[in-house]
Amino acid sequence: MADLVTLTINGKTVQAPPGTLVIDAAKRAGIEIPAFCYYEGFSLQAACRMCLVEVEKMPKLQASCTLPVAEGMVVKTESDPVVKARKSTLEFLLTNHPLDCPVCDKGGECELQDMVFRYGAAESRFTEIKHHVDEKQWSPIVFYDAPRCILCYRCIRVCSEGMGVGALGIVNRGVYSEIAPSHGDHLECDECGACIDICPVGALTSGTYRYQTRPWEMKHVGTICTFCSNGCKTTLGVRNEKIVRGNNRDKSGINGEFLCIKGRFAFDFQDHPERLTSPLMRIDGKLQEVSWAKALEAVAKKFAEVKARNGKFGIVGSTKTTNEENFFLQKFARQGLGTNNIDHHRSGDVVTLMDALAGRTNALATVEDCYQMKAALVVGADLAQEHPLLAYQLRANFRHHNARVYTVTRGPVREDQYSVSRVRTEPGKELEGVESLRPMLSQEPELLILFGSSIKGEDVRRLVAFADSLNIPVKYICLVDYSNSRGAVDMGLLPDLGPGYQPVDNPGLTLPEMMAATDLDVLWVVGANPLARYSLAAANAFVVVQEMFLTETAQRADVVLPAASAYEKNGTVTNVTGQCQKLTAAAKTMGTKPDLEIMGLLAKEMKLNLGIWTVQSVFEQIRTQVRGYNIPLPVVATGQAAQTSPLNGRIPVISRPDLIQSASNTLFTSGSLGRYSKKLTSVLEYPGELYRP
Amino acid sequence: MLYNEPSPLETRVLTRRFGLPNSAHIDTYLAHGGYRSFEKCLEMTQEQIIEEVKASNLRGRGGAGFPTGLKWSFVPRQSPKPKYIVVNADESEPGTCKDRVLMENDPHLLIEGVLIAAQAVGAKRGYIYIRGEYRYLIDIMDRAIEEAYSRNYLGKNILGRGIEFDLYTHTGAGAYECGEESALLESLEGKRGQPRIRPPFPAVAGLYQCPTVLNNVETFCAVPSIIEMGGKAWAELGVPKAGGTKLTCLTGHINKPGVYELRLGFPVEKMINEVGGGIRGGKKMKAFIPGGSSCPVLTGEEAWPLTMDYDSMAKAGTMLGSGGVIIMDEDTDMVKAALRIMHFYQHESCGWCIPCREGTTWLKKLLTRLDQGLGTSRDIDLVGDLAQNMLGRTFCPLGDAAALPTISIVQKFRHEFEAKIAKVQVAMPASANHPFVVVQ
Repeated sequence: MADLVTLTINGKTVQAPPGTLVIDAAKRAGIEIPAFCYYEGFSLQAACRMCLVEVEKMPKLQASCTLPVAEGMVVKTESDPVVKARKSTLEFLLTNHPLDCPVCDKGGECELQDMVFRYGAAESRFTEIKHHVDEKQWSPIVFYDAPRCILCYRCIRVCSEGMGVGALGIVNRGVYSEIAPSHGDHLECDECGACIDICPVGALTSGTYRYQTRPWEMKHVGTICTFCSNGCKTTLGVRNEKIVRGNNRDKSGINGEFLCIKGRFAFDFQDHPERLTSPLMRIDGKLQEVSWAKALEAVAKKFAEVKARNGKFGIVGSTKTTNEENFFLQKFARQGLGTNNIDHHRSGDVVTLMDALAGRTNALATVEDCYQMKAALVVGADLAQEHPLLAYQLRANFRHHNARVYTVTRGPVREDQYSVSRVRTEPGKELEGVESLRPMLSQEPELLILFGSSIKGEDVRRLVAFADSLNIPVKYICLVDYSNSRGAVDMGLLPDLGPGYQPVDNPGLTLPEMMAATDLDVLWVVGANPLARYSLAAANAFVVVQEMFLTETAQRADVVLPAASAYEKNGTVTNVTGQCQKLTAAAKTMGTKPDLEIMGLLAKEMKLNLGIWTVQSVFEQIRTQVRGYNIPLPVVATGQAAQTSPLNGRIPVISRPDLIQSASNTLFTSGSLGRYSKKLTSVLEYPGELYRP
Repeated sequence: MLYNEPSPLETRVLTRRFGLPNSAHIDTYLAHGGYRSFEKCLEMTQEQIIEEVKASNLRGRGGAGFPTGLKWSFVPRQSPKPKYIVVNADESEPGTCKDRVLMENDPHLLIEGVLIAAQAVGAKRGYIYIRGEYRYLIDIMDRAIEEAYSRNYLGKNILGRGIEFDLYTHTGAGAYECGEESALLESLEGKRGQPRIRPPFPAVAGLYQCPTVLNNVETFCAVPSIIEMGGKAWAELGVPKAGGTKLTCLTGHINKPGVYELRLGFPVEKMINEVGGGIRGGKKMKAFIPGGSSCPVLTGEEAWPLTMDYDSMAKAGTMLGSGGVIIMDEDTDMVKAALRIMHFYQHESCGWCIPCREGTTWLKKLLTRLDQGLGTSRDIDLVGDLAQNMLGRTFCPLGDAAALPTISIVQKFRHEFEAKIAKVQVAMPASANHPFVVVQ
């Protein structure tokens, strides 16, 4: 590129685009300039004075975090004045910082500790009395220890700029300055904990993690959050097979530093006291603990018997189990039991969208597109509540690229804060609202459309036709509820479609039909809770449930098989945008088995030949058999997101809009699973009005 | 009201209406040549006004001494954004009390200066940011603004010439930091009074990110007389690189403290002995601060031969600053003086950047201890070293303001520190509540 600026940093010739900050240019050249308050992606502060550098022809040391590169600039980052300034800044910082590193949660991961280790003075000249303030608890999740705070304002910025919440500010002046919640003594916010993770020191600590362990005593396992469909990477800190922390401080994965309360703190369902750890069987009308062998034998016997007499099976799959499990479940149903009576809780009309877009390339958006595309249209969804990562990316897109966002929703949403146009519609009339935006939308160079469950059936086709008539490139995201809602559709947990949207010969019963069928012989539920919504008409049906907890469905079961959670198993899940990512087992709960293993053992017990049921071999079958899943193995294996693209061909099935309904979870709910997270249920739920401008 | 008798040695240009009966009233002002300069400006082009101010060599009277005409010329007059005039009346520098007498005795002079600036850059709205402690001045200014509206010097269609200008007062909440221009703008916008990253400077992106002329009260008050006399004549009142007169506040151990309007380049000796009536009690002058407590301190011997202008003071290693002269006689305890100055800056540090926030606090604690005699000679070195570590590394000039007097006091009056610690012998360490114990 011709318009690069050339400068010299520490004698090294560096080229950078105009407007680049010296600290970034140095970083790209492999020269680290230490800083506390500078954080890429957020507004500039220049408050910590750690990044001061010497620039030739400038009389004073310059803050490299606010200094743009200039042609011929000569920068020194390790000269004597710079080193001396750094040392003195650290000395100043430590004057009021309590040196309680041995009991501080951040010890070992603390940026102040690291900086003092590298640049600080060994001698302590401060002999005065430190200023002390007592620690405060702002919520069940967030604690604040003011003396440790170095006032870098990162928490304030991530909350107001990143999250769009603005729950934090500063009170008092000078050395008595403190971070404080906008509501005085408590937080009313998303409780996402981003402030805790972004804190360079131990000033903000987490209610779940504090005083649990030292960071170096944990194993850190990168896996995918099991709650909503956004598929954020969360790094679980595990000590003695117990998950004690969730965060994403290494900014890996599609979410960068973002995680919501679910990804960061709601892992505690994993060791909930009500977790099932032994198979249960109904003996004398009561569920009683039995051995795995006995339970599997009973189920296999019943299945074989019903299959032999051509009885009626009903199989309900899950939106949280892995692709491998879903694939194997439908294979078990179709090949092993000879039935198409298989379904799951559908929360978005993915099928119609895939059919409407059939044959196109580049029509399905990724999470990255939410950050990159120049315009976005949100139809019928409260993104900030239901899809926090997508909302975060859109907000970042607005902040960094001035993206134009349009909302067509029933009520006010947080995106209104920065959207260029907001339309309020009655449910079911969203498309009229979209049509009213035509003059503005047609001026956009490109568009990303995110639509919720109220756009289904023919409405999806109408929306696509509308977008086509704009004559601009358009990408789509069909919003679905749970971590593998999309994968469940792709894997064919549908009565009329097999894996990869292949139609089946004789379609089976849908979920409501199964529940309504009085002659159902077997109801097999894998990781779902249909009885929370429906009642089972067949009084004599034999109900088998694979579950973590004794849900409404499990309570009705004849056999309950304790399942491992998503944090205890390997496999892949597909997020809302069709990106396939790897789950890695972080912990273990004694007595449980992953659903894939349960199904495999059941197949073995029934002497069915369904192939090898290891995660790897089933994933290999998915890659070869499921449309759109011929994704590169190394991408998935290394923990990155691989985009699936199941658009090669029409899908000759009429979608059933009546079966599609989102559970409309908020940030603090997640179906039955959310009820078993103490953290999710303990926080003060943010009243929605507060978002309204 | 006036706080001191005028001196015959004064050159009364800005203060010429002081002492007239009802001097704050618009009728008094109009009867004594008021608003003529503004009317004259209506016949001038914007370039002509700015050129006149440039020719006057007027330098900002708030303390930094930046050439005013140059500052005005940086305003992008072609910009489609609205332009603003902001008056910095947040006079908080210790030793400085000139803006209050200007606003109290001749508020219309300020309004006229603001109107001329508005003409020069095409602004339609202005704000006077008045220090919260100057509560009574807000009433005076508001009354004056009301009078100006009623006589059609403010408002829509001023003097029937199709120009509009609205002027408002705004009160600060008691933060010294808000006298720093960018912090003032933040505060005016309703935010926390913390300085902004510069560039961009207020002339380009000031109030609400729009082009803004931001000057001190005295600077605006000088403008009408510049237009009246002509820039050149005004420049000749002063010294070559800095024109005009300067309101000088004589404070401290002096017989006739007060605000006096003196030509720039006025000799220090004459100022103290003739204008100020000499040092109180006929004592010797130990220390001299020329322009508010943030300037490096001079010893009496250093100060006597100087003249009161920017270059002369810079040569002596200090600054003319805001014109708040502080005189300390031979009985002054310089350790206490250093502590008092540091106490002020520690109290006023906004907390934004580390060196200022932590440095002023540490220095205050250290100086408190040294003042009690509970220190070692190493602590005296530490005071100088810490102040050096703050100097030039803070986000805004408040850190420098705290460091400069401290460095100079430790350098020039080190013997006083040593004498203090020699009086008390200490043993270290001791209890957590008091790290030093006095050994009897």
